[in-house]
Amino acid sequence: MYSNKVIDHYENPRNVGSLPKNDPNVGTGLVGAPECGDVMKLQVKVNPATGVIDDAKFKTFGCGSAIASSSLATEWLKGKTVDEALAIKNTDIVTELSLPPVKIHCSVLAEDAIKAAIADYKKKQVGEAGVQPAAVQPTA
Amino acid sequence: MPPKLPIYMDYHATTPVDPRVVEAMVPYFTEHFGNAASRNHPFGWEAEEAVDAARKRVADLIGASAKEIVFTSGATESDNLAIKGVAEMYREKGNHVITCVTEHKAVIDACKRLEKAGYRVTYLPVQKDGRISLDELRAAITDTTILITIMAANNEIGVIQPIAEIGAIAKEKGVLFHTDAVQMVGKVPFNVNDLKVDMASISAHKMYGPKGVGALYVRRRNPRVLLAPIIDGGGHERGMRSGTLNVPGIVGFGKAAELCRQEMAAEGERLRGLRDYLNERLHANLDEIFINGSMEHRLPQNLNISFAYVEGESLLMGINDVAVSSGSACTSASLEPSYVLKALGAGDELAHSSIRFGLGRFTTKEEVDYVADKLTSVVSRLRDMSPLYELAKEGVDLSTMQWQTEGH
Repeated sequence: MYSNKVIDHYENPRNVGSLPKNDPNVGTGLVGAPECGDVMKLQVKVNPATGVIDDAKFKTFGCGSAIASSSLATEWLKGKTVDEALAIKNTDIVTELSLPPVKIHCSVLAEDAIKAAIADYKKKQVGEAGVQPAAVQPTA
Repeated sequence: MPPKLPIYMDYHATTPVDPRVVEAMVPYFTEHFGNAASRNHPFGWEAEEAVDAARKRVADLIGASAKEIVFTSGATESDNLAIKGVAEMYREKGNHVITCVTEHKAVIDACKRLEKAGYRVTYLPVQKDGRISLDELRAAITDTTILITIMAANNEIGVIQPIAEIGAIAKEKGVLFHTDAVQMVGKVPFNVNDLKVDMASISAHKMYGPKGVGALYVRRRNPRVLLAPIIDGGGHERGMRSGTLNVPGIVGFGKAAELCRQEMAAEGERLRGLRDYLNERLHANLDEIFINGSMEHRLPQNLNISFAYVEGESLLMGINDVAVSSGSACTSASLEPSYVLKALGAGDELAHSSIRFGLGRFTTKEEVDYVADKLTSVVSRLRDMSPLYELAKEGVDLSTMQWQTEGH
């Protein structure tokens, strides 16, 4: 039912955890919904000097394939530039993890999480530059 | 001593055949292989005798008379025969059937087929505890109602419906009452006369008998229930179910029924003790876990728990040496979480997080300890990687959050 890679990511998930979400260099994406059975939180920390993703963390509520998709995504994100990160496609995840058709939505969610995290990071950069303040002040 | 793995804790799905049942069946495959309908030689007589003895044993388990037992291929067929058989036979009296949203698919889908044929079906909701409201049942009955079909005990949450009260209402209103009693018979006392049941579906493989054999109890007096057959042929089973009888299966069914009748009281107490112990251990080790359905009106061997903030399939993956079921969408082909749990109104996210434990005759305390320990560690590990648990611990109210769901 599961490929060995999915099982490996499930049993030894890479980069589980959280980065400080108020850090201006951290972008956070939170996608999915509990009633759909999948929620992914994916965070990237970008080096402001180089534009390269130094660190990536995730937390996922979802099936084994959802956990594996987000775990793999964090592995791939590290060392990539922001633009390279945006080029990651859900189909790359499907291929790498040998996801069956019924689990493709897990890879879609992981791609959405990457895009949401990068968008959050970019929004913060605009805010930092003083062009436009961030829409919402972080509360916590 | 550590238990042998994997551990089977899914007794609502099926049960192993009791070795004593196998022993009773074996001669009927080889030595006594006759067709129970062969009236003119000893091979047939032996088979018929064995079937009669089994029929008596099954009847005794539910307080019926042997002539009221119609053998079938299993409870799905029994449900279909009861519902479609009554619908066709009593079509002139009315076209309305009452059932409930948490019924087994064999009942729900049989009712849906009736709707396509022009019948009207009322699907009663359940309350938070998983039971129907008797007031709503009364209100749903009309002059055209010919059948009430409400299950005895639910296969997912083990909740026992108020069968005796439903039976009394049905009798008062002159409506036939069928119950899918698959999960209840053999586990707790079930008497068709005390409960005023007119038809009851039973399955052998849920009570330590073989698969492929079941029965429909059909009341013969007060009232005499008439059924149009759904399988035509040689007129076996008093014309209600044609087809050569599955003699070894029926013999096994009879033996299984006899063992249940003799051992039910002690077995029920033992399993209730183990089930409560499992529940206590999980509650002692983990916060934010919720029992689905009534604990008071529940089969002694059932536990259905939602582990908040943890998704069911990932939980099953972590306890892959324990056989249980989940209400999670990901464990079913439909991608929909359990309709039974949804009907309780607890919210889809708790349905996604649920595990059904079914204990049974061969469950040991060592197995329960293993399962409790394993679940504790897996739930804790998955919560450490759950964004929902993290948010909840930060004090965020998940129910009021705006989730990004477009495209999913």
